[in-house]
Amino acid sequence: MPDPLLDIRGIDAFYGDFQALFGVSLRVNAGEVVAIIGANGAGKSTLLKTIAGLMHPSSGDIIFDGASLGAMPAFAVVKRGIALVPEGRRLFPSLSVEENLLIGAESRRKGPWTLPRIYDLFPILAERRHVPATSLSGGQQQMAAIGRALMSNPRVLLCDEISLGLAPIIVKDIYAQLPSIAGEGLSVVIVEQDIAQALKAARQVYCLQEGRVALQGDARELTRERISAAYFGV
Amino acid sequence: MTGWFNVILQGVLIGGLYAMFAAGLSLIFGVMRLVNIAHGDLIVLAAYIALMATTSLGLDPLTSLIIVVPAMALIGYALQRGLLNRTLGDDLLPPLLVTFGLSIIIQNGLLELFTADSRKLQAGAIEVQTLQVMQGVWVGALPFIQFVVAVAVIAGLQQLFYRTALGRAFRATSDDQAVAQLMGLDTRHVFAMAMALSLAIVAIAGVFLAVRANFDPSIGPARLIFGFEAVIIGGLGSMWGTLAGGVILGVAQAIGAQIDPGWQLLAGHIAFLVILAVRPQGLFPKVSG
Repeated sequence: MPDPLLDIRGIDAFYGDFQALFGVSLRVNAGEVVAIIGANGAGKSTLLKTIAGLMHPSSGDIIFDGASLGAMPAFAVVKRGIALVPEGRRLFPSLSVEENLLIGAESRRKGPWTLPRIYDLFPILAERRHVPATSLSGGQQQMAAIGRALMSNPRVLLCDEISLGLAPIIVKDIYAQLPSIAGEGLSVVIVEQDIAQALKAARQVYCLQEGRVALQGDARELTRERISAAYFGV
Repeated sequence: MTGWFNVILQGVLIGGLYAMFAAGLSLIFGVMRLVNIAHGDLIVLAAYIALMATTSLGLDPLTSLIIVVPAMALIGYALQRGLLNRTLGDDLLPPLLVTFGLSIIIQNGLLELFTADSRKLQAGAIEVQTLQVMQGVWVGALPFIQFVVAVAVIAGLQQLFYRTALGRAFRATSDDQAVAQLMGLDTRHVFAMAMALSLAIVAIAGVFLAVRANFDPSIGPARLIFGFEAVIIGGLGSMWGTLAGGVILGVAQAIGAQIDPGWQLLAGHIAFLVILAVRPQGLFPKVSG
């Protein structure tokens, strides 16, 4: 088995005195889609923030492409090729849609994703390129947030709750684009509350419960009973 | 009639200088929510650097800008990276206290080096040249140049903010620092660039201040007040509003001085207080996105 592209080895993470992650390990191979599921407060977002460099593990290590990320700040992590689509989209309200996408290319990584490619993927963004990002609908904002992350030409794309607050039909549309995004050889890690969506999209699934990995396995082999046991801890 | 027109015109021209005091303050507050109490003293520091450049190299004051502007920008970058970045966080108080301390250090450092004597930059013949605007109304060449430069600085800042990658980075960082980092922006560098730009404008303002009037190490805080007042009158976050704020302050002072020379500063402060009472968001607040 080849070395994984992203190898998270037993990390602990804290918010002040509160421990949010307890020895979490996770592996992502190149070109693979991995889903992280779990209840609210299970540590899913914390895990993604820690990988992206917004937080730093107090112990354990994150190995990306053979090298430790250590306490690397977020702006350096994205230059190495890990991009985060943050929870709640968090587009820049002072910037137009196009400026939001352009600033995604600030890490100056070369690759297949350019402004025209993003507009091909989400044509509605091309139509609305000059309006302020905040005047987009929720679904369009999510497309812009994904496009903005793709503009850094990442090798690993981390998506935090991209279905949150969106109509199911929009969620379906966005997930329908996932294969063409992953088709570029990109690894995708999705954090998702919608378990059915996660199981459909991903190959490997990790379930977090109170900061620990309660269950992991192949999406096709996990049964609903095992997932709900891991999800709710009953 | 031409007498009052003249007064207002002179007020408008001096307003350009106040707008330059204000633009740098507004920029820093906008990008990193830092209130720079040392801003006025940095203007005076720029004036002294210009004084050294003119006396040691024999440059005329306007030419000395090619040295003073980059020097102040470098000082700004270093100051932000070395000191002020460490004070930024959720709490507004540390940067306030540190820049207050910086203000005292600059004033006393200048006092040690240059004594408390009043100084002035000599610009030669251009100081007394005038242009006739209309019958009975004349403007000095220097105040006129100063106003044109102020308008150019504001227009340039506006372009930089809305047309360049650096401006985009400023706005994004101002919106959301954490997400700006996720985009690959090193916010420490973005802040330092903003401070460098702020002090580059301070350099221009300092040189014009030093040509126009006497200066000594203690006049900084009053310039800071003028800058603050212009920012508040114009509305936070609006570049052209800052120019309008400077002009309103300048005109109010000129009218006050015309009525009674002792009323010059008072009239400016009253105009500021009236606008703060009637329209606390300023005349041209940034439209919220």
